[in-house]
Amino acid sequence: MIHHSTQLGGYPITMRLPRSKHRRTAAAWAVLLPHFLGVLYVTFLPMLQVLASSFQSAAGGMWVGIRNYQTVLHNPAFQLALSNTIRFTLVCIPLLLVISLGLAIALQSIVPAGRSFTTAFLMPMAVPAASVVLVWKVLFHNNGLINGLLQSLGGDGVNWMESDAAFWMLVISYIWKNLGYTMILWVAGLTTISPNIYEAAQVDGASSWQIFRYVTLPNLRPTAYTITVLSLLNSFKVFREAWLVAGDYPHESMYLLQHLYNNWFRDLEYDKISAASVMTSAVVFLLIGFLRRAWDREV
Amino acid sequence: MKTWKKTLNYLLLLTLALIVVFPVWLAVTSAFSSQWELEEKLFPIFTKTEETASWSLLPQAPTLQPMAEVLLDNPGFFTTFWNSVTISLGILAGQLVIAVPAAWVLAQFPIPGKKRILTLYILLMLMPFQVLMYPQYLVLKQLNLLDTLWAVIVPGVFSTFPVFLLHRFFLAIPREILEAARLDGAGEVRIFCQIAMPLSAPGILATMILSFLDSWNMIEQPMTYLKNKALWPLSLFLPAIKMEDMSIGFAAALLMLIPALLLFIGCQDDLQEGIALSGGKG
Repeated sequence: MIHHSTQLGGYPITMRLPRSKHRRTAAAWAVLLPHFLGVLYVTFLPMLQVLASSFQSAAGGMWVGIRNYQTVLHNPAFQLALSNTIRFTLVCIPLLLVISLGLAIALQSIVPAGRSFTTAFLMPMAVPAASVVLVWKVLFHNNGLINGLLQSLGGDGVNWMESDAAFWMLVISYIWKNLGYTMILWVAGLTTISPNIYEAAQVDGASSWQIFRYVTLPNLRPTAYTITVLSLLNSFKVFREAWLVAGDYPHESMYLLQHLYNNWFRDLEYDKISAASVMTSAVVFLLIGFLRRAWDREV
Repeated sequence: MKTWKKTLNYLLLLTLALIVVFPVWLAVTSAFSSQWELEEKLFPIFTKTEETASWSLLPQAPTLQPMAEVLLDNPGFFTTFWNSVTISLGILAGQLVIAVPAAWVLAQFPIPGKKRILTLYILLMLMPFQVLMYPQYLVLKQLNLLDTLWAVIVPGVFSTFPVFLLHRFFLAIPREILEAARLDGAGEVRIFCQIAMPLSAPGILATMILSFLDSWNMIEQPMTYLKNKALWPLSLFLPAIKMEDMSIGFAAALLMLIPALLLFIGCQDDLQEGIALSGGKG
């Protein structure tokens, strides 16, 4: 906003501002509109349409009330996929946040050599999932490299593809892919904390754990919000690795909502997809609201 | 900090870094191994046995033969490679023209309801693709875009993530600079092109790299909207290669990996700065 306090010939030029502000708003809308309308048309309106079709039957579009929701909630595949997805989110996001924060702090202590480490940790982010699918297969195969390593260390091989370990294969590939990105975000957050606070704490005789607990952590709150949101966003993309390595029907421990939606879509079960999509959207919606409140932060 | 602690940190980071890079190393070196060598090392994967596969850090007899086979004898590879290029560049071009200016006005202009728009964008950006899959399918069908590359490009252009990120970069430009330019009589277009764009160049570049990596890597969208295999991008072509043609699979995978990796190495600083800014206060 423009505030002119100068006066020309006794008339304040602020007089002209309301009109120019109007014009600026109009011009801004003209620039924003193509994108906004595109988003409405390609994404938002379709979502509203899904809301409507979640109350209709797949064939004929008859009004069926909440029957689709009941069907979905009682569907065993949905229950399995939902609990796997929740479990995956609850395991991998805290794990990723803690490991990457540890790395960020370790990285800060060895500043001169830091850059090549950053390159190494960030690299998986640039690696397309499809170009390493063969590598995953070689690593995680029953007779693959990881089991070879475990056996040579005296341990037992793990059946990665056909046991509950499949879930951990997914967690590993998610953390592998997102570690560097998250670490950079933490480093950025750490560098905004003024060194003076640390010095003051040291002068007061605080231990390094106390400094971490009472100086570092509270100052990282705003960073933590962004990181959690971005990690959540990226956690949905782990479906790519899952699908590439194990196809449409993987071991049940890694059968995610994404698999289920894909399979329903292919089988033309649009009524179920719609109801499930509405519920997922509602959960994502609540989660963001909750996160924002938890960190007391504005967009 | 004490020296032993520093050394310990260093060793820890080094070990983790090597583990993280190992799969990439595996992908790159395998692309120069012959089918014969791969089968010899990896036979436990093809046959029923108690033994496990083995590996060497470098191929024992490095060869360009699988690479040549992909490039010279595999027309399918070329088609899919160009499909991937078309999709990625199409999405980037659309975002540059439509999303970058939109983010700019959202950050710096008085728009009533701006907060609500941003909240909507964030929500849409967090929606998993599968939630949007069916409704978007209907829209694309109605627009007659199914089974054309546009079906993948158009939703990519109107993705809300780049606008969210760019909006944050543009907010970081100090108001005083813009006000000074306005008082000097600079028009809004000039301010955008000559001040905003250069000042947030790292941010724009970082966003574009993230968008490129995302579209280069796209799997769900082409899988759902493209039934015609001639339109498939690399990310669908590669998984279809059989284990028996492993050497070709590795070589083709490397050709998909190279553009992404080069871009990453070439622009790492900007990308890092961009990522860092995206986490800062908005």
